[in-house]
Formats: sequence, structure tokens, C-alpha cells
Amino acid sequence: MASSSVAADMELDRPNLEDYLPPDSLPQEAPRNLHLRDLLDISPVLTEAAGAIVDDSFTRCFKSNSPEPWNWNIYLFPLWCFGVVIRYGILFPLSCLFIVSTNWEVIEANITSKTFGVKRGFREAGGPVLNTCNRMVSIFCRLFFPVHFLLKGQDKLRSKIERKLVEMMCSVFVASWTGVIKYHGPRPSTRPHQVFVANHTSMIDFIILEQMTAFAVIMQKHPGWVGFIQKTILESVGCIWFNRNDLRDREVTARKLRDHVQQSDNNPLLIFPEGTCVNNQYTVMFKKGAFELGCAVCPIAIKYNKIFVDAFWNSKKQSFTMHLVRLMTSWAVVCDVWYLEPQYLREGETAIAFAERVRDMIAARAGLKKVPWDGYLKHNRPSPKHTEEK
Amino acid sequence: MGNASSMLTQYDIEEVQEHCNYLFSQQEIVSLYARFCQLDRSAKGFISEDEFLSIPEFSLNPLSKRLLRMVDGLNFKDFVAFLSTFSAKASLRQKIELIFKVYDIDGKGKITFKDLLEVLQDLTGSFMSEEQREQVVTKVLEEAGYTMDCAFSLEDFIQIIDHPGLKMEVEVPID
Repeated sequence: MASSSVAADMELDRPNLEDYLPPDSLPQEAPRNLHLRDLLDISPVLTEAAGAIVDDSFTRCFKSNSPEPWNWNIYLFPLWCFGVVIRYGILFPLSCLFIVSTNWEVIEANITSKTFGVKRGFREAGGPVLNTCNRMVSIFCRLFFPVHFLLKGQDKLRSKIERKLVEMMCSVFVASWTGVIKYHGPRPSTRPHQVFVANHTSMIDFIILEQMTAFAVIMQKHPGWVGFIQKTILESVGCIWFNRNDLRDREVTARKLRDHVQQSDNNPLLIFPEGTCVNNQYTVMFKKGAFELGCAVCPIAIKYNKIFVDAFWNSKKQSFTMHLVRLMTSWAVVCDVWYLEPQYLREGETAIAFAERVRDMIAARAGLKKVPWDGYLKHNRPSPKHTEEK
Repeated sequence: MGNASSMLTQYDIEEVQEHCNYLFSQQEIVSLYARFCQLDRSAKGFISEDEFLSIPEFSLNPLSKRLLRMVDGLNFKDFVAFLSTFSAKASLRQKIELIFKVYDIDGKGKITFKDLLEVLQDLTGSFMSEEQREQVVTKVLEEAGYTMDCAFSLEDFIQIIDHPGLKMEVEVPID
């Protein structure tokens, strides 16, 4: 897969042993004088191994750097304590209530509407705060599910409305963890034959982008309540599911991607070609699947500002729920989104070279460093094939 | 994960430093501790084989298996002692001793023809056949004046390998 550049680096150090074989096995130039010393000297190889033990570029991609503590001062410390109280005591419960009431209504309405058709009921919750939530939610429910069922005949209108509603839901979600997002560049348009690619830091990337335009996205199936939401709400925008561990799934998914892009009234497709969440300072190698579909590729660069919270979701260390809690208990999540120019496959360019070119653009825009590793190495070992190549 | 030094006291640092013969500065030892904790994900106190192999650069290295036998299950003090051979301040003799140990992985105290063949096999994989490898090693040994059933002791080995260009250094990043 992506080890050719690494293998190339290693080649430089090895003594070229093929030259020293006896002349009858290889008709080459006369063998040079090989000292026993050169044969025995494995120090370059050992140095590399030790270097990898001490620090390696792959693990660095997934390291979350802890922010410098600023509350060490006698004046700043009480301020920080006060901040903690507000964040955990006020903002967090507010966000929770907001989210829970919103989603609970949606989920409830979804379930009831599925069983009873158009009729659905929802709980009245008291309190002024909840009233606003409820109002928003009831608007959503009143519109979404009847629309979903009544307008079955008029697909175009229905999908338009559904799109708007999903966008609204995402805005609600973003507001719940106080997202401050700046969008730069022209908004994506809904045309066929285009695919959007972006770098990936956390599941919320998708929501931030979805808030602006309703994308269809290709995602890994998640367990738990996230999977539930994936199934119910995101199905309406036409998402594609896959399973990272299933090898055969790849072809099926590739076919689905191609079909999706061809149709003109599907929502534009968003792909995260890194394949996994990376800490917002590096980019790992892009998978070529997104670049082989024969259509325009529009890169999107996302960069989070670490000033209040580090938005990197280390899926090996935290569950998504804990990650959300961390986001909600911080003051704000600040990020920049840049929509870049659509790129086309150039003459004689392979899909991999195309992917690299787009990765260069995204890394340059968002100020990220590039690393020549395959994101899936986070979950699997490099196969023995690669070791042989070395 | 950043506050590694809070778990490592000044006494610990000095003890480790003494154990590695002062080849690392105290700051480097703190960095190495952070790295050790990063690799030892289940906080067992040593790094298992599996955790070493999760470093892609390491598992792609041809000599990874031999090195694993030497580093598997080391606690932090020994981990630092092992890596101290790669410090710029380490003596050439110490580095050559490590190379000797990599060849003589079963600790006989001598390197035999078989050991040479095995290391060559690790390095070349399927690029050369077994016969080709034997030919190369025999021929090279002959040219240097040794026969096939020779066995190198550490002193012989040092004499052969020692040359001014030998460098085996790794820098420990200090953040």
C-alpha cells in the first residue's frame, strides 16, 4: 500500500549485496572486493530500529498534546476555578438538556411515526429553557416525518426539505457545544460528478460540514447510540456504510460510491480519505478510492484552534460520548473551514499521485505536516509483504 | 499524557542515570520516560512485544525480530540502558558489543557461520537464495582469511569491525 516511499529510504543504507555474488550466478561486472567488515556492519539498520523505538512519525500523528497550563498563578487560578464551575455547572447541563430534548423528540417521533404512520406524539416538557428547544424540535418533527411520508410521491421536494432539516439539526448540535466556525471559500454546490474530500480529526468534522450543506457521507459503522443515529436520521441524506474490518466490503463500497456520484439528485458525497481520525497537526496518506471515481474532487481543509479545547478524537482512548462531554464542557470549539478549488485528474496522473497532490493542497491550507504512513496502521499491523520488500 | 515527570521523582531519574553510566542527560531520561509510557499502553511497567510491533517503522525493520528478543520485557531502567548504547557519548566498544550481541542472539559468546547466515537472511529475505547466501559468506570469509567453521569471539569481532567511520547514534528529542 503506502510503504514504497519508506522502502526507498531504507534502500540507501543497505550495502548492495547483489554485486558481490560469484560471477557464474549473475552475469554482471566483476565483483568488487567485499571486506568482511562491510558484511558484518549492520549498524545503519540498528540505528534505524533504535530511532523508531525512541520516536516515530506514525505515533506522533495520533498524539494529543496537552495544552500549557495557564492557571498556575495565584490570580489566574481562582479565575480558572470559576470557569470550571460555569463550564461544568451551567454550560454542560444546558448543552445536555438541549441535545437530549432535541434528539429524544426526534427519536421518539421517528419511532412512533414509523409505527403509526403520520400520527406522532411528543412529550411536553416544562421550563422556559426547554420550551425553546421543544419549539425547535416540534417544528422539526412536524415537518420532517409528515414530509417524509406524505411527500413520498414528490421525491424532489421531499429531499429538499429533508436536507434543510438535517442542516438545521446539525446547527443545533453545533450550537450545543458552542462551535465557532469560520467558513472560507465558495459554498459547495449540488452538481453531479463531484466528490468532496476533507481531512479528518473527529466525528464532529462531518457535522460542521453538514451544517452548511447537506452532504451524503461514507462512514464506518459505529456501535451504540451513534449507530442508532446513523441509521435513523442520516439515512435520509443517503449515506453509505462500510465496515473497516471486512475486506470484501471494499469492492461493494467502491461500486456504491460510483453509483452515488453518477446520479444527479443525490446529495454531494463527502469522503474522508485518511480513513481514520488524526490529530490536527499531521495528515496521513490518503486512500486512493475517492480519487478513482472519475469526477471532480473538491478539497476541504479543516483546522481546529486549540485555544479552548483539543478537538482530536482518539478513538482508541475515548469513546465518542466521553469526547462529546469534553467538547461540551469547554468554552467553545473554534475552527476554520476552507473550501478549495475543484481538482481534476491530470493527463497521465495515477490515482495515487492525484491523491498526493490534493493532500498537499489541504496540508498547505490548514498548516498540517505530511507523513508517509497509511492511516489503517493504527488498527492493523503492516503485513509481512512490506517487511519482505525491505 | 504530558506530565511524565510528575511520576518520576528526582531520585528515580538519578538512579536511572547511574544505571546507564551517565550517557543520557536528565532531560533525555524524562523524554524517554514519556516515550516509554506512550508505548506501554497498559501501564504494566514493561513494553510487550506487541507494543513494540505497533510502531510501523520498527516492525518493518529487517532485524526487528532479533532486537525484540533483546528488548522484550525490559523495565524502564533496562530500556534506558539498552538505548544508551545509541547515545553519542557511548564508547565505540560498547556499540560494537551490541552488534555482537545481535549476531550472537543465543548468547554463546561466539559468532559462528550459522549466525552470519541468519542475519544475512534477515536482511535480504527472498532476494537471495540459501545457496547464494552461503556462497557470499564463504567467499568473504575466505578473502579475509577465515574458514567456514570459524567462530568469532568478541575481541576478534571488535578487531574486524572497528573502523573510524562506524557511527550508531540516535538522538532523543527533548520537548
